[in-house]
Amino acid sequence: MLELKNISVKKGEAFIVSDVSLTLKAGEILSIIGPNGAGKSTLISAILGDVSLAAGQIHFARSPIQRWPLQTRACHMACLPQTSALSFPFTVEEVVMLGRVPHSSGAKADRIIVEQAMALMDIGYLYGRPYTALSGGEKQRTQLARVMTQIWRTGDADPRLLILDEPTSSLDLGHKQQLMAAVKYFAEQGVAVLMIEHDLAMVANYAHQLLALQCGHTVAYGAVESHLSAALIKKLFDADTQVIRHGGVLNVVNCEL
Amino acid sequence: MQQRLLNLPVNLHISPRSVQQYWPWLIGLACALLAILILLALTVGAVAIEPASLWQWLQARIRGLAVQDSQTQLIVESLRLPRALLAAGVGALLAICGAAAQGLFRNPLADPALIGVSAGAAAGASLVIVFLGNTLVAGWFGVSLISLGAFAGAIVVVVAVYRLATDRRGGATSVATMLLAGVAFSYLAGSLSNVLKFISNNDQLRQLSLWHMGGLEAANFTQVALVASVLALVGVSLYRQHKALNALLLGESEARHLGINVKRVKSRIIVCIAAGVGVAVALSGVVAFIGLVVPHIVRMLLGPNHKYLLPMSACVGAMLLVLADTLARTLIAPTELPVGLMTAVLGAPVFISLLRHRKDYQ
Repeated sequence: MLELKNISVKKGEAFIVSDVSLTLKAGEILSIIGPNGAGKSTLISAILGDVSLAAGQIHFARSPIQRWPLQTRACHMACLPQTSALSFPFTVEEVVMLGRVPHSSGAKADRIIVEQAMALMDIGYLYGRPYTALSGGEKQRTQLARVMTQIWRTGDADPRLLILDEPTSSLDLGHKQQLMAAVKYFAEQGVAVLMIEHDLAMVANYAHQLLALQCGHTVAYGAVESHLSAALIKKLFDADTQVIRHGGVLNVVNCEL
Repeated sequence: MQQRLLNLPVNLHISPRSVQQYWPWLIGLACALLAILILLALTVGAVAIEPASLWQWLQARIRGLAVQDSQTQLIVESLRLPRALLAAGVGALLAICGAAAQGLFRNPLADPALIGVSAGAAAGASLVIVFLGNTLVAGWFGVSLISLGAFAGAIVVVVAVYRLATDRRGGATSVATMLLAGVAFSYLAGSLSNVLKFISNNDQLRQLSLWHMGGLEAANFTQVALVASVLALVGVSLYRQHKALNALLLGESEARHLGINVKRVKSRIIVCIAAGVGVAVALSGVVAFIGLVVPHIVRMLLGPNHKYLLPMSACVGAMLLVLADTLARTLIAPTELPVGLMTAVLGAPVFISLLRHRKDYQ
């Protein structure tokens, strides 16, 4: 569904992303990992069409990403930004409703979708609160509900792609799990998910595939089961860990010596 | 429970659901208030007009009969009516452009003046007053030469600011650069105005400083028609961008990911603001505060949704300027105060009290 063929992105003379390829199918969760400045966010910008490619091609649903009209593309793919600049006191419900901007599905249908998305993200009780008065984690959940609202129904657009840039960075453990469960539920409905994630335990638990980047180059790409290893983490982050399997679940444990 | 109640933010604005539900009533009420204020403006002044004779005039006009009371007809039709309508039009233009500018710049304190419109208009007007003032007063179709100079000045500065902030190759306009360029060009235009003040004679100096305070005393129906048509154009094209403006509040890349053609929307809005504020400033001089304060007040009451914010700002802006102008010409009649002075005096206390009551507002 999403296919990147040998893409490179340049900023000035330097390559930020060089020769990266990946394939993402419907229902799959792919996690991009790597140290700060590895080119993860740039790769996402390239997929969203915000930066132009120096080389390579990006295909979404078999046609080049540049050929997609802006609004149609917005019905198919949504992106959760790393930080949000919203400083106007929209209520939570209004922010989530903004996800329906690219659609013309009618106010009634939109309202039902917004309610369902807010329920999924456990922010129903916040609906009338001004966004500016929320805590960081509440803001993050509101933004995710907005992004999910954008690609909520398979009837509006198919295939669908959800892009998440560090979705769990400002959440407590309980809400991290709840958010990832919602993402997993979304993937089960046939949405392809691409996410940048620093919490390797979350990657181990929820992602099907991983792409490890370092200085814009692919270090590892493939199934999480076979590629997430202590050696890879050492190479990427220069951190000492153990990857253990406990009751069928993969886990990453710090073991600083 | 007590704790939770205390933690709820002090919230002045009506919930979005009620705004949506009662919107026809709210906007209808605003329009009715505006009509009442305009009628009030027709009755008061150096010569008071009885509500009864105003009523007769209104009825005669509606039925197409001749008006019996010729004094009333003269005062209302050639002085007060064009003036009140011009005030309403200019106020609406300034407020709706202010609302759009604040949305575009994602800054509730933005003002069309920030991108240099007012300073450019002032410099243009000053040039005309100092160099052409005594030779050509009449101008063109009832629009004085000073107004033309002001409009030209406004457009020149906005074009310069926009070009400086727009990337030649990519065509992307940086909002931050635009604000900074606006400040720079405002200073440049301001220093030109100051140089002109310095070299002007006493009469010109008085004319210059009065123009800077704004005034509507030269109103005529040509100007009203001009403002009305610009208001219709600018109002409709800004209103059509209300979804895009809402999405833009999230940030430019977020808006693009929601399918908004950000580049096109931005340039359209900037053109609207330049034309709207340019015309308003050209016809009425610098009327302070309306573009900044009115959208702010409306946002505090109705929330930031541009679908309601834009039309309501236009209504409230019109109301405020009609009221300010009525006060300006009656407070110490027969002498008239500059209307820009009145808008500041009326607007500032309202704004301050709203800020005091709204703690979570940024």
